[in-house]
Amino acid sequence: MPVSFEVNGKRVTVEVEPRMTLVDCLRHQLRLTGTHVGCEHGVCGACTILLDGEAVRACLILAVQAEGCKVVTIEGLSNDEALTPLQASFRRHHAVQCGFCTPGMITTAHALLTAEPDCDADRVREVLSGNICRCTGYISIVEAVLDARSAYRTPESQS
Amino acid sequence: MKLPAFDYACPATLAEAVALLGSRDEAKALAGGQSLVPMMAFRIASPLLLVDLRKLSDLRQITIDNSGVRLGAMVRWRDIEDDGRLNAAHPLLKAAVAHVAHYQIRNRGTVGGSVAHADPAAEMPGIAVTCDAEIAVVGAAGPRVIRADDFFIAPLTTALAADEIITEIRLPAWPAQRRWGFREFSRRRGDFAMAAAAVFFDVDDAGKAHNTHIGAIGIGDRPVRLADAEAEVNGEVVDVAVSERAGRAASASVNPQSDIHASGAYRKSLVGTMVERALQSAAGLPCR
Repeated sequence: MPVSFEVNGKRVTVEVEPRMTLVDCLRHQLRLTGTHVGCEHGVCGACTILLDGEAVRACLILAVQAEGCKVVTIEGLSNDEALTPLQASFRRHHAVQCGFCTPGMITTAHALLTAEPDCDADRVREVLSGNICRCTGYISIVEAVLDARSAYRTPESQS
Repeated sequence: MKLPAFDYACPATLAEAVALLGSRDEAKALAGGQSLVPMMAFRIASPLLLVDLRKLSDLRQITIDNSGVRLGAMVRWRDIEDDGRLNAAHPLLKAAVAHVAHYQIRNRGTVGGSVAHADPAAEMPGIAVTCDAEIAVVGAAGPRVIRADDFFIAPLTTALAADEIITEIRLPAWPAQRRWGFREFSRRRGDFAMAAAAVFFDVDDAGKAHNTHIGAIGIGDRPVRLADAEAEVNGEVVDVAVSERAGRAASASVNPQSDIHASGAYRKSLVGTMVERALQSAAGLPCR
């Protein structure tokens, strides 16, 4: 059945079977392969995307359920010119090793920092507990997210 | 695994949704999909028709009045977390929901979905049973209200008929002076409870507890009230000794099965510790 939604600011219409998950639709139909698929049952967090601004697991949403929604993927959280402050912070803190979990980590962290730019380390750990990384041991990831907070603070919230 | 094939419908009204659910065998309501979709990925569930409830915005309300708290079935964990009114209107609900799943799941998972799914280790069914909640449902035969204690029958099995949809979970009013505590243990944050205890009691002028409710999850095939532990608390001023007696009574009154997460003996012991700590927390005693 046809489904129309917005991906990274662009309106798309795709033909999908109801059983196709949103993450498979993004990767296979729309060729946005930045979003990774790990467990396919909602425990690893690799497929985290933003749906109407909220971090969700794209393996637990059917593509047909995205009708009329605004989807942002990891491609929409980067640009061709330079690393974003969050990406730069991940690089600075060596928060990437094999990189498989990184799109999900960045997307989750982006949602968190957008809503809570003053969150503390405990809150970062709590939120990132939904994203599994088998390389880093998490410490560098938590540090990278904490270090990126300043980029998400508006002038008012800093004063 | 990729999901098995099914048909999909997204009705605009509750009446249409009920009609669709009754229209064929193996039809299933889809709320947040945070339990049902993984079950389908594992082939534990293979519905032939999914009836998506996402357009039923009437089911997204949280209503608070003199009769208590009414949670529309499509209210998400995130909505409860964000609703400041609930800090006073139902602090036990708020504390329990803080333990539900992970950040991304909390943006999608719903109270109605959790209650319909009926995992014996899930917080929301446990709070419903502990607090004498009522589950309002509607089906082809019309609406009815089911007591939480009658609703949960076995793991993943409820009193809900195939053509019925949960519309609301009704929690009785919460007196401002009520004492409460919630303790849960799992190895990793956001995981299902290996055991958890939800407790509340009211206190008379002499400081003695009455109307004690102690509920436990993760220790049986459904959430349960622990009457023996409650009896240890009623009529007492809750101190460390009372909480320890109640904890022992809680452990003695359950016979959990062993599974890959924990042995039955471990869960039996753990639930006592959770009850003990939840009671100490409720009484304002220093505790873990």
